[in-house]
Amino acid sequence: MSVVVLVCSVLLVTGAVLAVVRAEKGPSMLDRTIALDIVVTTMLAGIALYAAVYRRADVVPILVVLSLVGFVGSVTIARFASVEPEGEGRVRTREEIAAEEAARRAAEEAEVSEAHEAATETGAVEADEHHGGGAQGEVR
Amino acid sequence: MTHGAWDTVADVASLVCLLGGAFLAFAAGVGVLRFPDLLSRMHAGTKPQVLGLVLVLVGLALRLRSGGAVWALVLVVVFQMLTAPVAAHMVGRAGFRTGKVRSDLLVVDELTRDLDAAGDGRAAPHAPGPAEPGDGR
Repeated sequence: MSVVVLVCSVLLVTGAVLAVVRAEKGPSMLDRTIALDIVVTTMLAGIALYAAVYRRADVVPILVVLSLVGFVGSVTIARFASVEPEGEGRVRTREEIAAEEAARRAAEEAEVSEAHEAATETGAVEADEHHGGGAQGEVR
Repeated sequence: MTHGAWDTVADVASLVCLLGGAFLAFAAGVGVLRFPDLLSRMHAGTKPQVLGLVLVLVGLALRLRSGGAVWALVLVVVFQMLTAPVAAHMVGRAGFRTGKVRSDLLVVDELTRDLDAAGDGRAAPHAPGPAEPGDGR
């Protein structure tokens, strides 16, 4: 009895972990949806295993709810799936995010100082320049 | 056979069913990790969604052996059997339309053929012919 339950638990946990690895690797949103579907199904099986071992009939409503939630999630994601740009599907590393962040910040600062120079030339420094400034060509 | 003997039989059958369901969940994990493209991963993912779930819930019902809970389990199976095909259809269609399906791995591709035959302006993004070099998708 307990040996079988242990084997079942190990199989379920391994399956869920492998699915989570796929969800991390992607490469597309739909692959992740499928992987998370499998995680939800494995959770269903795990709760059913728990209920079977301890004869807990009161957790059965949880199974009903989980089986519906998984469906809503995957259908929603599939409905709004779109063509992803190249490289979008990958989880970026910390260094890449830092580099992108630095580039974005440098570009912003350059823009702000440029706008500041232009404003001082015309002698009209606006009070709201710290709010990122107006858009280029904005009608005021 | 006595009452206790039947209980033992039900418990053993329940454990066998639970073991089968857990094995299918494990197989889905392996398959979804190792298979090369979206459709084959969907194939792996559906194993525990229907057969695995039915096995696990039959195991649970054999162990609980009480009326009300077993009807709720039947409800779970019915929900799953109604919703799994819908979800799979939507994921597969979205994958096909956004070009996640590797046409070089398909044996039969009736949808692309039919779209071409229909002469639809917005045909599939990956028309047959020179398959794109595998980029891991």
